Amino acid sequence: MSGQPSSPTRRRLLMAAPLVVAGGVGVGFWRMLSGMTKGSFDPHDIHAPALNRPVPDFALPDQAPGQGFSAQDLRALKSPVLVNYFASWCIPCVAEMPVLNALKERLPIWGIAYKDKPEHALGFVQRAGNPYARIAADRDGLAAIDWGVSGVPETFLIGPGGVIRWHTASPITETMITSTIMPLADSLKP
Amino acid sequence: MKTHSLRRYGVIALLACLLFAPFVAMAVDDPSEMLPDPAQEQRAEAIGSQLRCLVCQNESIEDSSADLARDLRHVVREHVARGESNRQIMDWMVNRYGNFIRLRPPLTVGTLLLWVMPLLALCIGIGVAWWTFRRPRTVTPTPLTDEERRRLSDLTETR
Repeated sequence: MSGQPSSPTRRRLLMAAPLVVAGGVGVGFWRMLSGMTKGSFDPHDIHAPALNRPVPDFALPDQAPGQGFSAQDLRALKSPVLVNYFASWCIPCVAEMPVLNALKERLPIWGIAYKDKPEHALGFVQRAGNPYARIAADRDGLAAIDWGVSGVPETFLIGPGGVIRWHTASPITETMITSTIMPLADSLKP
Repeated sequence: MKTHSLRRYGVIALLACLLFAPFVAMAVDDPSEMLPDPAQEQRAEAIGSQLRCLVCQNESIEDSSADLARDLRHVVREHVARGESNRQIMDWMVNRYGNFIRLRPPLTVGTLLLWVMPLLALCIGIGVAWWTFRRPRTVTPTPLTDEERRRLSDLTETR
């Protein structure tokens, strides 16, 4: 009787198959979306192709209270720095300031104010307790496009010779520093 | 009286639609952004509609009102005005933002499965159909027992 087209077990299996597939897809999506609240998944953390490439050509003016910088300045470096795109109007940037302030003694941080009024960026940095060794202003946001920045905050670890070694489009966290940024920065030190 | 006031509301609603329609249409398309040459503008729009807004992610930069989308629209128009080809402009964007910026993903090793999926699904469907219909529908019945044969002849003879 095994050749019968409508054996009840086979029919039941066929009916269960779509449910099992749909269930599997559901569980997958749920895991992905729950990662958004835990921080393991961020749809805005776009992996820019800039990784392991030299920094793009740019030259940006000073943003008080810091001194501006250019691609040449980054390419002339012998030890790693963190380049952090920020803006006074950006809430996650406020949130990551204490983390950056705790990091600045171990790793120099250079800031770029994105599409910000000079006085607003100055006020923001003063309120936050300036973590930046140098600050440049990208007022029209065009240099940001060359960096592949899609929003603030966005952070790049620049290795010796001005090569981008690591990148995130998420706010910097303590975990990122201990698990990724510092080990990588230490390995890049001469 | 009732029908009269209803009609008045209808007229007011129609007027409101007509009044505000142009503003809705121009919410993103600021005319000052457009290129003076209509042919170039059309090309810029075609390119822009293929570029993902990285802020909204499911809209093209032509549709999005995000700040970054406006900047990218401006950049596309600058490149078009300079006489660059669609390919050159697309490459410029991909160089900065990766293939993610393309609303239509290119055929690469990573996206191969995505592109061949319809064909694959069709093949699986044909395979399942063939496998189902290939087996004989009629199953040769087991020969009747003597008891069954007797009952059958009884039944037919009563007629």
